[in-house]
Amino acid sequence: MRFEARVWKFGDNINTDLILPNAAFYLTPQEQLRYIFRANRPGWVDLVQPGDILVGGKNFGMGSSRPAARNLKNLGIACLVAESINGLFYRNCVNFAFPAMECSGVEGIFDEGDTADVDFDLGMVTNIGTGASLPARRIPRELLAIVEAGGIFDLLEKEGSIAGKA
Amino acid sequence: MGMTIAEKILAQKGARDGVRPGDIVTVEVDTVILFDNNFMPANWRDILKVRDPKRIVVVLDHRVPAPNQMAAAAHVTARKFAAKFGIERLHDVGYDQGISHQLVADLGYGIPGTVLVCSDSHTCSAGVFNCLARGVGGPDVFYAAIKGETWFRCGETIRYQLTGRLPRAVTTKDAFLQIAGRYGAHATQNVEYGGPGIASLSINARKTLTTMSAELSAEFATFEPDAVLTDWVRQRSTREFEPVYPDGDASYLAVREVDLSRLEPLVAFPDTVVQNSKPVKEAAGTRIDQAYIGSCANGTLDDLELAAQVVTGRRVAPGVRFIVTPASQLVYREAIRSGAIGTLAEAGAMIAPPTCGACGGGHMGVMGPDETCITATTRNFKGRMGDPSSRVYMGSPATVAASALTGCITDPREFLN
Repeated sequence: MRFEARVWKFGDNINTDLILPNAAFYLTPQEQLRYIFRANRPGWVDLVQPGDILVGGKNFGMGSSRPAARNLKNLGIACLVAESINGLFYRNCVNFAFPAMECSGVEGIFDEGDTADVDFDLGMVTNIGTGASLPARRIPRELLAIVEAGGIFDLLEKEGSIAGKA
Repeated sequence: MGMTIAEKILAQKGARDGVRPGDIVTVEVDTVILFDNNFMPANWRDILKVRDPKRIVVVLDHRVPAPNQMAAAAHVTARKFAAKFGIERLHDVGYDQGISHQLVADLGYGIPGTVLVCSDSHTCSAGVFNCLARGVGGPDVFYAAIKGETWFRCGETIRYQLTGRLPRAVTTKDAFLQIAGRYGAHATQNVEYGGPGIASLSINARKTLTTMSAELSAEFATFEPDAVLTDWVRQRSTREFEPVYPDGDASYLAVREVDLSRLEPLVAFPDTVVQNSKPVKEAAGTRIDQAYIGSCANGTLDDLELAAQVVTGRRVAPGVRFIVTPASQLVYREAIRSGAIGTLAEAGAMIAPPTCGACGGGHMGVMGPDETCITATTRNFKGRMGDPSSRVYMGSPATVAASALTGCITDPREFLN
């Protein structure tokens, strides 16, 4: 997997209540997308383009286990690179096949709007404009298999353990 | 080299000789808890087979009683799922309902040395029973129910060595706020609680620490076993178990002492939990619209009785909504018998049914624009309890009850001497 696109920057401790607030729980997954970052960055969902990349700070995705990673994926975000990723959020990135890597120092080599080249196979993140490049923590082999299968639900559906989407 | 509690359980349940930080381990899952959010239309996929219905628990807790048609429909789906697979441990609205993490305590579902998963982030609560428990994603719970296993990434462990005894009007919520304020996030790390100070703490008091460890972003939170812990489980479960102690030469990333006797009431200021704790006097005088006690962190009998002590013979300040939510029907009944519920209601508290309720901004006390709440729940993220412009301070049940009486954030020591 390799993605090249515009970067949006978010700081430390971005929590999942910000990505998927309770008020959106009763909506369909598609309708929930309007609420992403409503509390901390109103209007952002109208600016972001499919394929864009998120660069986060420390402990990205902290808090509730709600399927916030699914919503970022459904919004069209190509991938996430963050200084560090919350353990529970990382699980949901794997579960919903939303590519995510930790990369120490990544905040320092990007300004918002820069173009990033994120190579999941090599574990490398590069700023196309400046040429600055940093190694990132690749998705472990055991978990990559889940991501490449399209996530847990696709995997379970394929083997006949859960029904297809209603 | 020796192992910490989390590492030992990971090794045992993963059928490995040893586990080291950084390892990804596939483990057997003893208990899988599904709750009403799993059954919401946006999250639910019909499960066609399960590994072992006896290992599955179904709890309706986040949206109870159903606040709207969609929650009601999710509850119907949950009941059908339990009936289809003959799942006996269905905790529906009624006698044995409650917040899942409280039911784990009430009913002895947290067994020392076992693995428990649920897709609520506060599942680490069950670590109080020397149980390897953590919040996982919704799909992980489906996987564990179907396959009987899951994966964990082993992190480094931080040991909190508790000493001393809490002063009056100071609680383990304050101890947590001290840790969160001083040390910040523990992402990718386990926390392990032990030391001579735990002997003076009830299971309810200890459980606040393990539940709130989710706010540290810890992977697992575990308590070192003692007689208080093993007696609690044996009184509530017939299952055989073997408590897991850390090895004498276990390797910790850090060992940090927390002297309980030197703590004071603290509050987390609005919008985030970690590195945001201050002595309550720094927030004193802040006007509040709502005071809330409840959740998996602070809805126990201890919490309700402490709040009742603060408000006994007094009346909630005009203009303040004081909402108290027992964490389970069992706690509710016990608090009726102890007199706590009556005292709270006489003071003007509204007693809400056992539910996660307004802790997550669901129902039963959601905040409006520009309002201020002081809460004894799990987290105070921006917009979590309702409108994004509302402000949520977080403290102990004593601090919340004292604040309800005065209408502004108040040091509970003014009422508890």
